[in-house]
Amino acid sequence: MTSTLLMDIALLLPFAGAIGIWLAGRWPNLREAVTLATAGGLFIVVITLLMRVLDGERPEIHPIQLFPGVSIDFVLEPLGMLFATVASTLWIVNSVYSIGYMRGNNEPRQTPFYICFAVAIGGAIGVSFAGNLLTLFLYYELLTLSTYPLVTHKGTDEAKAKGRVYLILLMGTSMLLMLPAIIWVLTAAGTTEFTPGGVLAGAGLTTGMLAVLYTIFMYGIGKAALMPVHFWLPAAMVAPTPVSALLHAVAVVKAGVFSVLKITVYIFGIDLLAETGASLPVAYIAGATVVLASMVALTRDNLKARLAYSTVSQLSYVVMAAAIATPAAVIGAAMHIAAHAVSKITLFFGAGAIYTAHHLTEVSQLDGIGRKMPITLGTFLIGSLSIIGLPPLIGVWSKWWIGVGGADADQYWVLAVLMISSLLNIAYLMPIAARGFFVAPPDAKPGEPVALKEAPIACLLALLATAALCLLLFFGASELETLLAEIAPVDAAQPPVEGEANVNLQ
Amino acid sequence: MSVEHHAFHVTEHLPALAAVVPLVGAVLAALVRNGTIAWLVSLAVGLALPVISILMLWEVQASGPISYALGGWAPPVGIEFRVDLANAYLAILVSVMAGVVLAGSPRSIDDEVNPENRAWYYAAFLLCLCGLMGMIVTGDAFNVFVFMEVSSLATYILIAMGRDRRALVAAYQYLIIGTVGATFYVIGVGLLLAMTGTLNLVDLAQRLPQIEATRPLFTAVAFIIVGLGLKLALFPMHLWLPNAYAYAPSSASAFVASTATKVAVYLLLRFTFSVYGVDFVLPETPAATLFMILASVAMISGSLSAIFQTNVKRMLAYSSVSQIGYIILGIAMISETGLTGGISHMFNHALIKGALFIAVAAVIFATGAVRIDDMAGLGRTMPVTMGAFVIAGLGLIGVPGTAGFISKWYLIQGAAEQGMWWIVAVIVVSSLMAVFYIGRVVEVAWFRAPLSDAPRRAPPELVLAAVALAVAVVIFGFFTEFSAGVASDAARVLLEGYAR
Repeated sequence: MTSTLLMDIALLLPFAGAIGIWLAGRWPNLREAVTLATAGGLFIVVITLLMRVLDGERPEIHPIQLFPGVSIDFVLEPLGMLFATVASTLWIVNSVYSIGYMRGNNEPRQTPFYICFAVAIGGAIGVSFAGNLLTLFLYYELLTLSTYPLVTHKGTDEAKAKGRVYLILLMGTSMLLMLPAIIWVLTAAGTTEFTPGGVLAGAGLTTGMLAVLYTIFMYGIGKAALMPVHFWLPAAMVAPTPVSALLHAVAVVKAGVFSVLKITVYIFGIDLLAETGASLPVAYIAGATVVLASMVALTRDNLKARLAYSTVSQLSYVVMAAAIATPAAVIGAAMHIAAHAVSKITLFFGAGAIYTAHHLTEVSQLDGIGRKMPITLGTFLIGSLSIIGLPPLIGVWSKWWIGVGGADADQYWVLAVLMISSLLNIAYLMPIAARGFFVAPPDAKPGEPVALKEAPIACLLALLATAALCLLLFFGASELETLLAEIAPVDAAQPPVEGEANVNLQ
Repeated sequence: MSVEHHAFHVTEHLPALAAVVPLVGAVLAALVRNGTIAWLVSLAVGLALPVISILMLWEVQASGPISYALGGWAPPVGIEFRVDLANAYLAILVSVMAGVVLAGSPRSIDDEVNPENRAWYYAAFLLCLCGLMGMIVTGDAFNVFVFMEVSSLATYILIAMGRDRRALVAAYQYLIIGTVGATFYVIGVGLLLAMTGTLNLVDLAQRLPQIEATRPLFTAVAFIIVGLGLKLALFPMHLWLPNAYAYAPSSASAFVASTATKVAVYLLLRFTFSVYGVDFVLPETPAATLFMILASVAMISGSLSAIFQTNVKRMLAYSSVSQIGYIILGIAMISETGLTGGISHMFNHALIKGALFIAVAAVIFATGAVRIDDMAGLGRTMPVTMGAFVIAGLGLIGVPGTAGFISKWYLIQGAAEQGMWWIVAVIVVSSLMAVFYIGRVVEVAWFRAPLSDAPRRAPPELVLAAVALAVAVVIFGFFTEFSAGVASDAARVLLEGYAR
């Protein structure tokens, strides 16, 4: 099959799946089979495309022209391929988990739930394949709209109020800031296409204007949750846990930081940003968000709220790294998309498993939970360690590259942010595992063994799979580097510092 | 051979047919005095007119503007019907909307209009349509006034037929303001006639440069602009509109809301660009600045008022005030991009508002609800209708992938080209406010328990009409060859003016 046909299939398959789910709505087993088959099919298509992109292919399709000179375009490139792979891989795992969770909790309205889920994944694939800002914007908004019913799934007054925050913040930022920014780029550069090296060099914008435009973009992408437009993310935690796991730890927020990265690399160009320093204000804001959000996470007793603030903090790693605009930092940013995705989804799966099995939501209730649910809490621990950034888990590599990138740019404060944040990560994540394993359960009788009560098997399988991914990706990091080498050429063996030393010797 | 000759013959008379077909239909409908037959007659007209309009557009695209000498009297002595890209585009808009509304409306009208009045309703509807089509195709300033009166008088009747007693007050309000508007217009035209000795629009355009910048001419311009401003409900001359839309029978609201103000906007375009020309009125009077300010105030205040309405039809009406602001804004930019945005927004907004009002008509049929609070739970009991409402609502917000996005993109781009960033801010803020008032309906319809489990079943043709328009909102969000392509050609024609 040609690559362009595969692209068509990848873009349409989730929507076809959504229709299939709707048609099969009366028969839950068939409906779930449709979800799994669509997810599996999408995964195979995306992996095939990934292989071809690794071989150097850059297929593109231009189905519809919307305005003179501006079309709906899809172009495959390494960054998008990375995001698509992450989203489609985790969709399978998440679907398995969702089935366990939704049935285990007897959730109402499951058919619309799975339909919106499939549409949201379609949105994520569209974002990752987008060849210009207009296409990105189209799918970005689709992602917002299709997840609104998921956030408000419970239908309670609380869900309604939080759904309002979600919709207004995400649509508000994108309409008020991102759309004008896109049109600013169009009028200044004459194009919105993602071009290697960027399109804004030579477009006649002063450094001040570039800084303003960059800042508008970063706040326009509300999904990246840069403070102070992060409120939607904790609000979205009112959704069922599979939604929090895949969408608010992976697809939606990653679509945000992916857009940040894509715009940094392909619209501004890291050379232009490095030269002018136009992105530094955003880097400072992101650095502050990293630390502040971690501190807020410390104060949250609700497990999902704590994880949500942790997500806010981790997203700003990516924004900060992108805004530093050195090749190593960009690699770190891209890698962190994958690293945080697999780690955080493990944590959310863990939180959902605990809720399904024991209906516990607060950290302070989790005494001894590890003795009742050893698999759940064991995998939760692995996810925590990966977020903290300990080897042999993927989290260490992205932090490493971001640190190197900060040092390359002589922004040594980045290292300080990384260190402080890692300590804070330990402070808010480790007590959960510690409580679970080392404190006796409140209902335990001395001398008697604690009875095991694990989550449904589907949930456990998903947890084991994502925990294994945290580990596997640690060893597969060099593959990721190869994939990303094109957009951010760094010679890992010969860091720039040594190069300077050579010059001095001569 | 003879067939070919015949076809040629019909093509030649298309502009006249556009006005005459609905007129004949109106007479027939009035004569039969039977609601069902009258509906069939008007449906036939509603299906024939789009064909006539599309043929006119093809003809214009193939061989340039059509000039039709009414009664064989050559212009400028006789009345000329003159169709170019700008009015061919508008003719399609009006006739298609008429067709869709008529096809969907019979049972909704049976429900809302007294049996003895039904035939009169269709007669008035067709008269209104005749007036609108006439205003579009005619090339004569006084003839515009005649058709304007035809459509206005018919509209007063349509509004007055609403089942709520307040419909009478609304019709009376509109009667007063509409008459003032038409009178202002005709005073302006009278002054122009006195100054130039002609009523033919092309002729006017040629003679105006000789008397440029004289005081009577400015007076004439001012009268015409204010007169049309009243008809098109430009802020602050919009006060007649919310009540008129709110209390008219539902399908009359749908038709009037999606077409009547657009035709007045078209006339404003015609006078500003084709007759006066870009070199005269716009640089020498503060008209463009004034339009821009009024449009911006309309966009913000209209949306703001919409947010606080409790009656869903009034909410949509205030939303129209704001959307008219978008259209006028595009005109005030006096650039090809801005005009394309304004003109395409007439079409896109007609689809969107048509879908919304027809969906509301279905809701009123099924539940009798006009207050937003009464729409509780309808998302579950009437999923198809409310689905169409939401999609059209997204178009109103200007979400990408809907028709509304296309015109807003052009408007923002037009403002950005001229560096008017405050206009960009006004556009996006007003769009965001649409999230609030559409979102409010969504929350009520989906998050509240239904008031009754089984509402009366809405007539399928009504729901289908709403769905068809909602689908069109999405289709024209992707395929813009007609909606924005022809609009941009029309913008070029208008910017060139008649005189050159």
